Amino acid sequence: MSVQQFIQNPWSNWMKGQGPDADIVISTRIRIARNLRHQPFPLLATDSQAEEVVNQVAKVVRTESLGKEGPFELIMMDRLQPLEKRVLVEKHLISPNLAEESRKGAVLLSGDESISIMINEEDHIRIQVLLPGFQLTEAWDIGSRIDDIFEKHVNYAFDEKRGYLTSCPTNVGTGIRASVMLHLPALVMTQQINRILQAINQVGLVVRGLYGEGSEALGNLFQLSNQVTLGMSETDILSNLYSVAKQIIEQERVARRYLQENSALALEDRICRSYGILLHARTVESKEAAQRLSDVRLGIDLGIIQNVSPFTINELLVLTQPGFLQQHAGQKLTPEQRDERRARLIRERLRAKIA
Amino acid sequence: MNCEDCGKRPATLHLTKIVNGEKTEYHICEHCAQEKGHVFADFHNFSINNILSGLLNFDPLVKNSMSGLHNQTTAQKPMRCETCGLTYAQFSKSGRFGCSDCYRYFGDRLDPLFRRIHGNTQHIGKVPERTGGQLKIRRELEQLKTLLQQYVMTEEFEKAAEIRDRIRALEKKMEQA
Repeated sequence: MSVQQFIQNPWSNWMKGQGPDADIVISTRIRIARNLRHQPFPLLATDSQAEEVVNQVAKVVRTESLGKEGPFELIMMDRLQPLEKRVLVEKHLISPNLAEESRKGAVLLSGDESISIMINEEDHIRIQVLLPGFQLTEAWDIGSRIDDIFEKHVNYAFDEKRGYLTSCPTNVGTGIRASVMLHLPALVMTQQINRILQAINQVGLVVRGLYGEGSEALGNLFQLSNQVTLGMSETDILSNLYSVAKQIIEQERVARRYLQENSALALEDRICRSYGILLHARTVESKEAAQRLSDVRLGIDLGIIQNVSPFTINELLVLTQPGFLQQHAGQKLTPEQRDERRARLIRERLRAKIA
Repeated sequence: MNCEDCGKRPATLHLTKIVNGEKTEYHICEHCAQEKGHVFADFHNFSINNILSGLLNFDPLVKNSMSGLHNQTTAQKPMRCETCGLTYAQFSKSGRFGCSDCYRYFGDRLDPLFRRIHGNTQHIGKVPERTGGQLKIRRELEQLKTLLQQYVMTEEFEKAAEIRDRIRALEKKMEQA
């Protein structure tokens, strides 16, 4: 796949809308931070040192078969337009940090976009595996295997006491950040979400918005991830996250049943209204789009809306982001122009499914 | 409602700022908000590294050396990573290391920080095959020795003998390395 295809094509493996517990878990992500020994971290590296890191990492991918996930495409950040980088961020293939702040940043992408290996982000190497549905162990197995292959060829910065050494003290030790993207409309509607979020903070996990640190939880989507990386094994981290996520999933299902049993009409009305608005609106802001799409997604999960697939919703979630809208239009757009295009795009996609 | 700043575009951002109990409301468009970056300066500059930096600056050792209250501390050379040149004071400002050797040069001084972030100071997870040195073998030895004791306790001597042989082989491997 060429660079342009990664940018033009809205489709990513994680959007499938399938996988275990896909009615609530949109996607699972594992990120593994690694650094090379005897190389300053990207923050302090000179341009030539940073370039050397890109060469070393890319060489491994060229010489070693990374299994069925390959081949990988190397994309240098300085070759991309700001809008193109933004699209990759909106597809969750690179971090905002790599797009905006890194010097000599690069990314290796697998064909189905489920694996991206960022180079010279905050750390030299960040292996990211992104799968649809709830697949923590599967994602870790793939990531760990790629990690092992790299380790055969490059010298990692590792210390017996501290584990894998990272640029930021919050990632040291295992260097892994595992997260699941949860759609929790019923817990929000029944106002139980704050109680749950408070409890989560007490067990070493953290909740963020759709686009990571500092972003808002739009459209009832919550990213749950581990906070602690030192003093816990990978298995402990994953099973802790797994069991907490599993409990939240169950709570959400209970809340959905409660709403269906106790306020079926109001729930159905809300879902169908949102669907109607998306089918007919001429202008829609991103915040409203996220909320309405959340309602429609719930409608699909509850069997109230039957002719739309979860894949369409996931795709629309990405397509209606500012970067994608502008990329699609081939020009910079004002917020009002974006609202109009967003409404048109949603109308077209949803109608295509009905016809 | 139109933007209070340009008066042309519709206001899409509605902000409330409270300074010393005085409330000011802004209704502006995205375009003007971006140009008037200062409105958001408070939010944008606040990241995980600011929080870390806050944690680090409360380190009594840093405070002492900064305020110069203790002659002994000020007389000493500032703690510095000899590989990349980053000083502990710089690290405490940015919340990021300059290279992997910083961990060694700042040494045990990092323990309180790690304890605050992770509740722990010792890695117990994955060990890289090649660059992990002998740690991987040592971990395996520890596990095997525990297992050996269990088999001896339960009088499963055949299994115990098997484990004993594996321990010997590993110990030999360590000596050779």
